[in-house]
Amino acid sequence: MIARLLLILSLLLPTAAFAVQPDEMLQDPALEARAREISKGLRCLVCRNESIDDSNADLARDLRIEVRTQITEGKSNDEVVNFLVDKYGEYVLLKPRDTGSNRVLYLAGPGMLIVGLLAAFFYLRRRSHAPAPLEAGLNSDEAERLDKIMKG
Amino acid sequence: MIAELGHFALILAFITALMQMVIPLVGAHKRWPGWMAFAEPAANVQFLLTAFAFGALMYAFVTSDFSLSLVVANSHSAKPMLYKITGVWGNHEGSMLLWVLIVTLFGAMAQWFGHGLPPTLKARILAVQSAIGAAFFAFILFTSNPFLRMDVVPFDGRGLNPLLQDPGLAFHPPFLYVGYVGLSMAFSFAVAALIEGRIDAAWGRWVRPWTLAAWMFLTVGIGLGSWWAYYELGWGGFWFWDPVENASFMPWLIAAALLHSSIVVEKRESLKSWTILLAIIAFGFSLVGAFITRSGIITSVHAFATDPERGVFLLLILAVFVGGALTLYAARASAMQAKGVFSFVSRESALVLNNILLAVSAFVVFVGTIWPLISEMAFDRKLSVGAPFFDQAFTPFMVVLGIVLPIGAMLPWKRARLGRVLKQLIPAIVFSLAVGALLWAMESEKTALGPVGLMLGAWLVSGAAIDLLTRTGRGGAGRLGRLARLPRADWGKAVAHAGLGVTIAGISGLLAWEAEDIRVVQTGESFDLAGYTITLDNVATVPGPNYTSTMADVTLSQDGKKISTLHPEKRVYPVAGMPTTEAAIDIGFLRDVYVVIGDPQENGGWAMRAYYKPLANWIWGGAILMAFGGLLSLSDRRYRVAAGARKTVAQGVPAE
Repeated sequence: MIARLLLILSLLLPTAAFAVQPDEMLQDPALEARAREISKGLRCLVCRNESIDDSNADLARDLRIEVRTQITEGKSNDEVVNFLVDKYGEYVLLKPRDTGSNRVLYLAGPGMLIVGLLAAFFYLRRRSHAPAPLEAGLNSDEAERLDKIMKG
Repeated sequence: MIAELGHFALILAFITALMQMVIPLVGAHKRWPGWMAFAEPAANVQFLLTAFAFGALMYAFVTSDFSLSLVVANSHSAKPMLYKITGVWGNHEGSMLLWVLIVTLFGAMAQWFGHGLPPTLKARILAVQSAIGAAFFAFILFTSNPFLRMDVVPFDGRGLNPLLQDPGLAFHPPFLYVGYVGLSMAFSFAVAALIEGRIDAAWGRWVRPWTLAAWMFLTVGIGLGSWWAYYELGWGGFWFWDPVENASFMPWLIAAALLHSSIVVEKRESLKSWTILLAIIAFGFSLVGAFITRSGIITSVHAFATDPERGVFLLLILAVFVGGALTLYAARASAMQAKGVFSFVSRESALVLNNILLAVSAFVVFVGTIWPLISEMAFDRKLSVGAPFFDQAFTPFMVVLGIVLPIGAMLPWKRARLGRVLKQLIPAIVFSLAVGALLWAMESEKTALGPVGLMLGAWLVSGAAIDLLTRTGRGGAGRLGRLARLPRADWGKAVAHAGLGVTIAGISGLLAWEAEDIRVVQTGESFDLAGYTITLDNVATVPGPNYTSTMADVTLSQDGKKISTLHPEKRVYPVAGMPTTEAAIDIGFLRDVYVVIGDPQENGGWAMRAYYKPLANWIWGGAILMAFGGLLSLSDRRYRVAAGARKTVAQGVPAE
């Protein structure tokens, strides 16, 4: 209860100049470490593409405190994240969930790699079986050029 | 008056570009020498006119001409001169002018150094380059005119974003632009070759220096940007996978692939159509980057111009150039006959693997960057794709690339035996395994990242060293002399590959062993961090040229011995009403100690953050090595000799 009160009080302090503030941090280093880990995966909703762990925005601070409150209430990492996703939507996750249409995002890299490797395999097989050209000989341009030189 | 002249010069340059886009192409098609030769003076005129326009804008910034709305919005009379100058490109309109200036500079350079090129190819290259210029001239003149006047001239300007008032950030855009736009040269070469209908070893040799130069500038530009983020943003992050960073990283990856595939074209006359495709994609990614940055469609912290009209215009440019080039490619690529024959195990196939890994990793970055857009439009799911995704999806490609690189770099052309190369690499294998095992044993908290990353780094560096040594042949005597006499391109290759190893080692060392302390400190109080003692001695308010600074004196010591005094600052810029943090860093070879001062606390004392950052400088050290390797390779005699030798025969070669 007192911790809660302190947190509410800390919200009233002037705005932060940089991300995680000393007054937000939990006493227990293990719990604080968990809070940091969770924060790194959550997006600061107002500042684009920054995690709440890095952001200076007030909203990021609110979220950091929210995460810590939940942790002190004894919730697991997944429960904390699920709670925030329910509240703010999928948008809050920096690493989208690998479900539904997001399968495409996760399979794009490996899929493309397989396509590339297959294409390379067939290309290399063709190159290694190709009839050897007359490497020592002349191609048509060179022959033509030689012709000109001889005539000229 | 000068601003109007600048505007007028820009319009003339646009008209020149339009003419240079059409006349040489017709000339090359009809074989009319006069029409083809039109491109040469036109390229110079275009460049001089654009340079004049750029000079006019710079003059307006330097003299703080507040009748120009751009100067009002981005400058202030009290700003230091350096930032008045860099303020020219610290905004949308000015940076587009810089962009188009570089496009015309490259066009002019192709003309200056392109004596050996066959006349039709040269005319076509200059025409395509000019088409790119014309598109951007139109973009500037119709949507982003930097020379607009104010109706009422204000007394002073609104100032430059304080974050941009920093040497690291002020100079990274020009480097990046030279890189992006340098890839337009490869694009012009590719499209000209497609129109011409032929591509041979000489083409590979001509296109490679331009790509190499572009890649070097991108390397330096990305490195500068990352270094800036590291010391300026207040917690030492060096890469954020921000859309704008990705926009510069994708062309870098593709340019790296293009560099390597053009070697195969040059040496073995294979991979021709793939190389052409890469050249188109590389510049395509540059345009995608411009689009992402300028349209603000994937909004990010960097987006400084959110304007749909500009976005649509850029999308149109992207569609016309990439779409047009790809159509041409589809029609003509089958004419590119590969000549070289090689087996599965050969330098050629190693370079194919390099290309696959680089191109697919760029593709992963691309999909991740645009996925929020696709997901929202196609699936109505509003989501974010950030650092944790990219770390997971991108890193494996770099690990595989790092493992195969030293082996591939040593495989002979045509037909190779893997066992032979591996045998030569035994010292490197032993060395890197020893590094990994030693670090694993020394670690107090067992994480795989540090030892594995440094093992990979050691493997790349020692592999590059062995690659160089084996080129000197056998026998101790005279070996050092032979080493020094190796072609610069060989040295460039080894240095750049070692640089990649140093960067990989730096990134993994930093991420694995970083330590952090955030706390409230009273003046005079000390605390320990990773074996160092940090003491806050004093905090004072100090006036700066156009800001007020809260500056702390912090003593860094180890085992009672003082190492240095650091001065972290918090600056407030009254004109912009914005605070910035200036971290103080004690820079070392093996580690940085990074100190930031925060707000005063109610119970007295100051919030402070201190970081121990092992191997931080290796990240940028590696980037410098990579760029230097590129420079060494670029200075290789063989490029100049080849360019000179071709001059004599080029006249007689019919193009088709």
